[in-house]
Amino acid sequence: MSLNTPDTQVCLWTLQHAEPASLATYIAGGGYEALKKILAEKTPAEDIIAEVKTSALRGRGGAGFPTGLKWSFMPRGFPGDKYVVCNSDEGEPGTFKDRDILRYNPHQLIEGMIIAGYTLGAVAGYNYIHGEIYEAYLSWEAALDEARAAGLLGKNILGSGWDFELYAHHGYGAYICGEETALLESIEGKKGQPRFKPPFPASYGLYGKPTTINNTETLASIPWIMRHGGQAFLELGKPNNGGSKIFSISGHVNKPGNYEIPLGTPFADLLEMAGGVRTGHTLKAVIPGGSSAPVLPAEVMMACTLDFDSIAKAGSMLGSGAVIVMDDSVCMVRALQRLAYFYFEESCGQCTPCREGTGWMYRIVRRIEQGQGRPEDLDELLRIGKNIAGNTICALGEAAVGPVASFVKHFRKEFEYHIEHKKCLVSH
Amino acid sequence: MLSALSLASIDKEVAKYPAEQKQSAVMSALRIAQVELGWLSKDCIEYIATYLDMPAIAVYEVATFYNMYDLQPVGRHKVTLCTNLPCQLQGADQIAEHLRSRLGIGFNETTADGRYTLKEGECMGACGHGPLCLHNNHTMHDHLTPESVDKLLDDMQ
Ligand SMILES: Cc1cc2nc3c(=O)[nH]c(=O)nc-3n(C[C@H](O)[C@H](O)[C@H](O)COP(=O)(O)O)c2cc1C
Ligand code: SF4
Ligand code: FES
Repeated sequence: MSLNTPDTQVCLWTLQHAEPASLATYIAGGGYEALKKILAEKTPAEDIIAEVKTSALRGRGGAGFPTGLKWSFMPRGFPGDKYVVCNSDEGEPGTFKDRDILRYNPHQLIEGMIIAGYTLGAVAGYNYIHGEIYEAYLSWEAALDEARAAGLLGKNILGSGWDFELYAHHGYGAYICGEETALLESIEGKKGQPRFKPPFPASYGLYGKPTTINNTETLASIPWIMRHGGQAFLELGKPNNGGSKIFSISGHVNKPGNYEIPLGTPFADLLEMAGGVRTGHTLKAVIPGGSSAPVLPAEVMMACTLDFDSIAKAGSMLGSGAVIVMDDSVCMVRALQRLAYFYFEESCGQCTPCREGTGWMYRIVRRIEQGQGRPEDLDELLRIGKNIAGNTICALGEAAVGPVASFVKHFRKEFEYHIEHKKCLVSH
Repeated sequence: MLSALSLASIDKEVAKYPAEQKQSAVMSALRIAQVELGWLSKDCIEYIATYLDMPAIAVYEVATFYNMYDLQPVGRHKVTLCTNLPCQLQGADQIAEHLRSRLGIGFNETTADGRYTLKEGECMGACGHGPLCLHNNHTMHDHLTPESVDKLLDDMQ
């Protein structure tokens, strides 16, 4: 099996073709066959959910929640409308995989959303697309038109008598709308402020109707699973971590980019595929799952395999599969300052611990960076973090604490040096 | 206030949502208005509120919540540079410095001739291609170098 080729690619295989985004390319590769079969055989929803459960597909949006289980939460006999929502609001620093699915394999996402809509009894689906990727919004809408014209979407799909519609909703610059309930508020035309849970979207979602929300990569994996079987998907990865996953690798590597490889692949292999650490430098630290995931020192990361369980055991999260690589030139205080600013800037402001705490943490890290830190600052940072975690409406609060706590934990000496000597331990 | 073309685009957005949920189109309506008018004035916000049967304050809340709406006039060319960590590691700071010295302005400032506005952006979901920027919210330019930035700025008339 060779990595990052159609042997291991579930979502980005169309990149091997001249016109990756076209309907013709997708169909030539077996696209829409799963949908055709389901509609022709009237496959019961329970059977589809069972297949997804067998696949051990876990949500690709960050939390890794089992998708089959999530789908089973949708109420059955509900009389009114239900919705499927796709989360393409990719804004977690380090993550850039969903944009490539939208750009290079739009139809696999469309087919995945249609199958989800059929299984969950939805009348329509919305795909929430990150504000900054307007070009992907336009091209995905063009793919929708193509699907409609081919009778794959809209009224009486493929002559089955079943109607289902899909639409794109364009964001306009707010990281918090990646949080699923903020995203629903945003589709409803409001500020993107997360809702209290419960009720969960499966009972009270878009417009108050039962709604299932999944990440782009999650939904785009569905047609592959239905075509090749849940067992085949499971076997691509490892137990409890089914399938391949797109790893977005950025920072100090020679070839940043997306690599779609089986869950359970050693991190060292991914690093090698990405051309290794920037020439002339050595690996210092890695954030393995997007900016919200705790940082890991080089030696810990080098011993990890890339799957939910291995990274969790090492004290971090696989998250969205965004691997941020830092070499020996990086000042960890400065790096943390930028992340702390991000969470401060993007807090929606509803909860006091998050609104105030993120600003407080940012100002402390900034003053350490600027050589005005105080010896008690590090404990203060950790204390503020403890007061945020668990006391907020959504997980952004905890996401802001993860980097702070882990940078201080693993690189405390660098922070102390900054405070004591009013300058950086790392020479630039 | 808005052209027939813009209104037709807004109507197309309204049609995506259930009939009683016109408000869902407010983000797109503001985007479409901003593309036509350059920025979102109070009058424009009120106009959209009327058009979508919403209270003006609700439209205003949306316009202030999302970062890409401009509630003040901006230059003809708004350049938003992503400075978040992955882009920073790939050289965004040097690009920021180059933009500042070449244009003689800092972030959130506009050149005296009204040609350029410089903004700092958060992660745009394209990190592997950084350093990168958005031109007038909708066009991304990636793998920036000081030379490519010069060319880009020259092309923005
Ligand atoms: C602050 C914050 C930002 C998030 N951003 C995203 C995002 O950009 N994309 C995404 O799919 N999920 C994001 N999530 C997770 C979603 O809330 C949700 O769990 C996910 O979309 C569910 O899909 P999945 O089960 O397929 O992973 C975010 C969560 C939080 C708390
Ligand atoms: S935790 Fe932060 S981002 Fe989340 S709802 Fe509270 S204030 Fe908003
Ligand atoms: S950090 Fe710049 S695009 Fe993600």
